[in-house]
Amino acid sequence: MASTYTPIATQTLASDAASVTFSSIPSTYTDLVLIANTRINQSGSSEIYCAPNGVTTANKGFTYLLGNGTSASSGRASNDSYIRIGNGAGTSTASGTFATSVVNFMNYANTTTYKTILSRGSDATNAVEAIVGLFPSTSAISSITIVGNGLVNILTGSTFTLYGIKAA
Amino acid sequence: MADTYTLISSQTLSGSASSVTFSSIPQTYTDLLLVASARTDRSYFLLVDSILVQPNASATGYTTRNLLGTGSATQSNTDTAALQLSAGATTSNETANTFGNGSCYIPNYTGSAYKSASLDGVGENNATEAWAGFTASLWSNTAAITSLKLLPYGGANFVQYSTFYLYGIKNS
Repeated sequence: MASTYTPIATQTLASDAASVTFSSIPSTYTDLVLIANTRINQSGSSEIYCAPNGVTTANKGFTYLLGNGTSASSGRASNDSYIRIGNGAGTSTASGTFATSVVNFMNYANTTTYKTILSRGSDATNAVEAIVGLFPSTSAISSITIVGNGLVNILTGSTFTLYGIKAA
Repeated sequence: MADTYTLISSQTLSGSASSVTFSSIPQTYTDLLLVASARTDRSYFLLVDSILVQPNASATGYTTRNLLGTGSATQSNTDTAALQLSAGATTSNETANTFGNGSCYIPNYTGSAYKSASLDGVGENNATEAWAGFTASLWSNTAAITSLKLLPYGGANFVQYSTFYLYGIKNS
């Protein structure tokens, strides 16, 4: 079987960090998948966000569909500095609790179109959500920076793995 | 190049079964991905015909939040039964030969932290009942996952031709 789902890099935080960055991402894959298992230093809303290529210009948009266990809702942001990609467990949860985000960057290396990002955030103690984001740039994505809501620290033990997927 | 997305085991039911278990899961991967296509013989209506996923056959320690779309409404609820995969068609409510489909992704399944899971499921149908569901589940247990037991929500049995695939994913 051809290897079409290849780990590019993985990071496990040995100490708290303001951000996590995957740099020098090869342009040889078709799509990227990021698996994040995250806890952040935030007791309330514990979303996590990304800045492709480190770009924090306020020109990004995202739309989410969210369930908090009581009701379903949808919302969006435009002209945002970051793209929401899921959830981290907050500090109000028990120690050892992390939340899972599965993030797909489609056709990330092309240099002709804007990039769409599809995410699934799973924080069982807070909310489940699906998110679509747009990175309005024709540049290939060569790095991804991940931050917590309000730029709080991402906490020790959080794990991040970036996979490359080839169409052939 | 190393294979990093590997089939650990698969099961296709040749008859009905009250549960399906993947046991002796190797501890050599980073994450697990369960893919299911299932139907049950339950005769009464449930809004969502979930498959319960119990790591190490544990019946306790679960937190779940669901987000569901039924074709006419959206809703969100909580549950504590297990990791919940919103995919499992029933005889009484679904078109014949229709199976629910879904996946369950469990990162860091060998670690000592609590186990978080991301689950997606659908139950399409040529009748009134159908849904798409996103689920966040947490098993508040520090044990490594060595087995996964799958049960239909509300009892009953999985029927013949239900299929279950378990993959291991390595991060290096």
